[in-house]
Amino acid sequence: MVNKKDYTNGLPDPSSLKDEILKKYPRKIAKKREKSMVINDPDQDQEILANVRTIPGIITQRGCTYAGCKGVVLGPTRDIINLVHGPIGCSFYAWLTRRNQTRVPEGGDNFITYCFSTDMQDENIVFGGEAKLKEAIREAYEMFKPKSIGIFSTCPVGLIGDDVHSVSREMKAELGINIFGFSCEGYRGVSQSAGHHIANNGVFKHVIGNTDRERTGKFQVNLLGEYNIGGDAFEIEALFEEAGITLLSTFSGNSTIESMEYAHTADLNMVMCHRSINYIAEMMEEKYGIPWVKVNFIGADSTAKSLKKIADYFGDPELTAKVDEICGREMAKVKVIADVVKPSVEGKLAMMFVGGSRAHHYQDLFAELNIRVVSAGYEFAHRDDYEGRKVISSIKIDADTRNIEDLVVSKDEAHFREDLVEKKETLKKSGYNFSDYAGMMPEMKKNALVIDDINHWETEKLIEFYKPDVFCAGIKEKYVVQKLGIPLKQLHSYDYGGPYAAFGGAINFYKEMQRMLATNIWKLVDTPWKHEPEIVGSMTIEA
Amino acid sequence: MTVLTQILKNMLEHAPIIKSTKEFTATRNACKLCAPLGASIAFKGIRGCVPIIHGGQGCATYIRRYLISHYKEPVDIASSNFSEEATIFGGGANCYTALDNVISQYKLEVVAMATTCLSETIGDDVNFYMQNYRKDTELKNLPHFVTASTPSYQGSHMDGFHEAVASTIKTFAQAGEKGRHINLFPGFVSTEDIRQLKQLLSDFELDYVLFPDYSETLDNPIWGTYKRIPEGGTPISQIETCGSAGASIEFGTILNQGSLSGRVKSKNLSPTGAAFLEKEFGVENHRMPLPIGVKLTDVFFNTLEKVSGKEIPAKYKGERGRLIDSYADGHKYIFGKKAVVYGEEDFVVAMTTFLDEIGIDVVLAATGGESGKLEEEIRKYCPERWENIQAKNSFDYEKIHDWCLSNKPDLFIGNSKAYYIARELEVPIIRCGFPIHDRLGGQRIKHVGYTGTQELFDKIVNALIEFKQDHSPVGYKYM
Ligand code: SF4
Ligand code: SF4
Repeated sequence: MVNKKDYTNGLPDPSSLKDEILKKYPRKIAKKREKSMVINDPDQDQEILANVRTIPGIITQRGCTYAGCKGVVLGPTRDIINLVHGPIGCSFYAWLTRRNQTRVPEGGDNFITYCFSTDMQDENIVFGGEAKLKEAIREAYEMFKPKSIGIFSTCPVGLIGDDVHSVSREMKAELGINIFGFSCEGYRGVSQSAGHHIANNGVFKHVIGNTDRERTGKFQVNLLGEYNIGGDAFEIEALFEEAGITLLSTFSGNSTIESMEYAHTADLNMVMCHRSINYIAEMMEEKYGIPWVKVNFIGADSTAKSLKKIADYFGDPELTAKVDEICGREMAKVKVIADVVKPSVEGKLAMMFVGGSRAHHYQDLFAELNIRVVSAGYEFAHRDDYEGRKVISSIKIDADTRNIEDLVVSKDEAHFREDLVEKKETLKKSGYNFSDYAGMMPEMKKNALVIDDINHWETEKLIEFYKPDVFCAGIKEKYVVQKLGIPLKQLHSYDYGGPYAAFGGAINFYKEMQRMLATNIWKLVDTPWKHEPEIVGSMTIEA
Repeated sequence: MTVLTQILKNMLEHAPIIKSTKEFTATRNACKLCAPLGASIAFKGIRGCVPIIHGGQGCATYIRRYLISHYKEPVDIASSNFSEEATIFGGGANCYTALDNVISQYKLEVVAMATTCLSETIGDDVNFYMQNYRKDTELKNLPHFVTASTPSYQGSHMDGFHEAVASTIKTFAQAGEKGRHINLFPGFVSTEDIRQLKQLLSDFELDYVLFPDYSETLDNPIWGTYKRIPEGGTPISQIETCGSAGASIEFGTILNQGSLSGRVKSKNLSPTGAAFLEKEFGVENHRMPLPIGVKLTDVFFNTLEKVSGKEIPAKYKGERGRLIDSYADGHKYIFGKKAVVYGEEDFVVAMTTFLDEIGIDVVLAATGGESGKLEEEIRKYCPERWENIQAKNSFDYEKIHDWCLSNKPDLFIGNSKAYYIARELEVPIIRCGFPIHDRLGGQRIKHVGYTGTQELFDKIVNALIEFKQDHSPVGYKYM
């Protein structure tokens, strides 16, 4: 076992590691995996292979299309009954496992604590389950009187040919509430990502634009791709409220279908998780003329930057002053804690493999603590999330992508905001950046190892090579990594902690890192390399 | 209707259909999980085994996720990652690639494949695939293969568990000269329970095969260097000797007599491993409920005395005596308290019997299982009070919830999933069974034997004392 690498002159070249990993694979697989592992060079345009089928038998952390549709996008919305049409497991496993939080006003509906399933049995598989589905919808309606019901198909349902869309239409007519279906069978796509797209389409088609609400604020915005894990949304909402920005709707942390219905009356869409929600942002711009910008509320600096970006968009002196005041005040608080935590964590090594945006967003928090990110990757992202939106037009459309409907969107003349289109044009001239996401790779250091859809074997090798001080991923990797004596921070569920968003969240995260990296328990685990002296790199990160 | 459905219909029309016994249409907050999850747990109890779930990758990922958060251990389960293509042309190609990769990545002894709703619906025959693979592959030293047919529309995680156990026994058990060893099939118990049981059999100086033994594979010590396949598990060489054992002991009286076994499958005339061994090899089977509580543990010990020809060791007499002594001490705190018990069917039967024995009134005994036999079994083991016990098959948490609104119990006994009801009613919940996601050590909870019962008993009494203490206006330190 080798010593910890020397980081004085930047990150070590991981070519030997890459070779060692690939050597183990059969030739065909090695060829494919090779393209999904990139030794980063921010000065060059590098291509990564992403959003392709996982190889059978290689243990992936990816979930299925249904997980992305029901679990991720619609799961956190509280006033809709999400009814899963299929056998019991698919529904059970998505039962509030993502720890989304929601704040229910007095007398408001909250169905996210339920898991509804048609629990298909043998006879439904053989003779079809539509009748049972209709009964289940009627029953859910009678029991809860919800304003909307979403129906999600799982794999067996797609196979036996139950048509959830026609059942939805029929029941919508019968019950007079909004009912819509999603063909989000697990086999439809490469990963959760396909489900995000399907969910985006469904929400856009059946929800957005249903009610025109009078303006309630001077600056109306939507937040897209924020799921309120561990209370993140509450932190962000508090900032908007103080600044006087009216948050109409979030897709979909702490959200309601009701608020999504008037989301088209916003002046700006802010996109947080680009992967899961950029479709809605794009479609809303086409239909209503609402521009979108990429924001990030993970990390104190990023939060301040995002807030200022919104203030710049509206160009209102009072708003700008208020935002500056908030940022100044909060950054001072953050700095106090950062100063305390930094000395004990500076120069440590982190790696992160999660989701479709978190692996990028969290790098900002680590940078604030001078923790080095040596390797990172997404579970279900596409090339644009790695390389930036500039590559979208060159992404190859494969069979899996073709599987998902691309909605044809046309201008809604009555609601189209010409004024916003003009505003966008003017701001663009002064260098304001719209509809863009630069991706993760250009913002990572040279020689950082970027890996898409990492598997167990690669994880093991990576840990052996880098000996990171903290590994960020999810529950599925947690105990594998911890068995090796490396603490793992869950960035899907936050290890039941959080919030980590915005200024307050950054403080929580700093303290969490201090706790994780300072604990003595790992010293009890006898890792082989502990017997050899470490080469200690310099304690600052070179720019 | 698509062509595929038509074919399917024709194919399945002649097979007997399992009718659900449920009254409600929708399941709200299910009190059961799905079949390949149970099969995966059982397969994890074979030494050197990596389970593969044949179907969409979501099933495997969800199941891993669920097991990992209960066991707090790495749980490697591979998937054959169906694409839309595979659903049309069959999952053969995916199955072979998965086998190739699992075999080349792990130094494994056994590959175990469980099917899903998806692969079963399209009629994939994994046994056939496995045979083909064996014929066609160029790989040398192939591991053993075993499969389990586990569509969740025919049964819950318990059915899947027992199906995997039965299938493993049917695949590997061999005839042989009668030995002196015994087989123990403990069913779905905790890792600590398994460790207990092994100790107990050793104390009776018995040679034994305990299957499935996931006491280590799903509850490992910390490592330091990574082991791709965790140590532990029942070796195939031992499972082979099940056929020549002197006797089998099988915990559970309902087992997989739910939907799965109701479907007549040619290979499946004996639904459980022990039943198969009795029929094929004449290994006498002692079937009994899980040994929880004095009465049911006595049954187990009596059987052990019989099959070992040895008297119960003094150590256990002591345990039993202390347990009864504590019953006497704790009685005043618990007598007449009303409990709701829920979970897997055999777990519910044993737990109800134990609670009945200590004077707690089980008012509702509920399960998501669909055997329709819960009431019958409870009647058998709680002959005096069964009429006051609502025994409910095919229940979900919302039905439990609704029921409790008009019949408020004093405590809940079962897994984490009813926490929300207990919280709403402001009564304590004693966590045991599966899954436990909101406490540390859920996988290590002890349930069986005199000491397992002792721990449960203390927990129950203390929870009720704590409840009383917390709700008293006086801060009593003596209770
Ligand atoms: S399809 Fe069947 S096997 Fe897969 S998760 Fe759903 S219920 Fe379980
Ligand atoms: S059956 Fe399909 S939808 Fe359900 S969990 Fe498995 S892959 Fe996902």
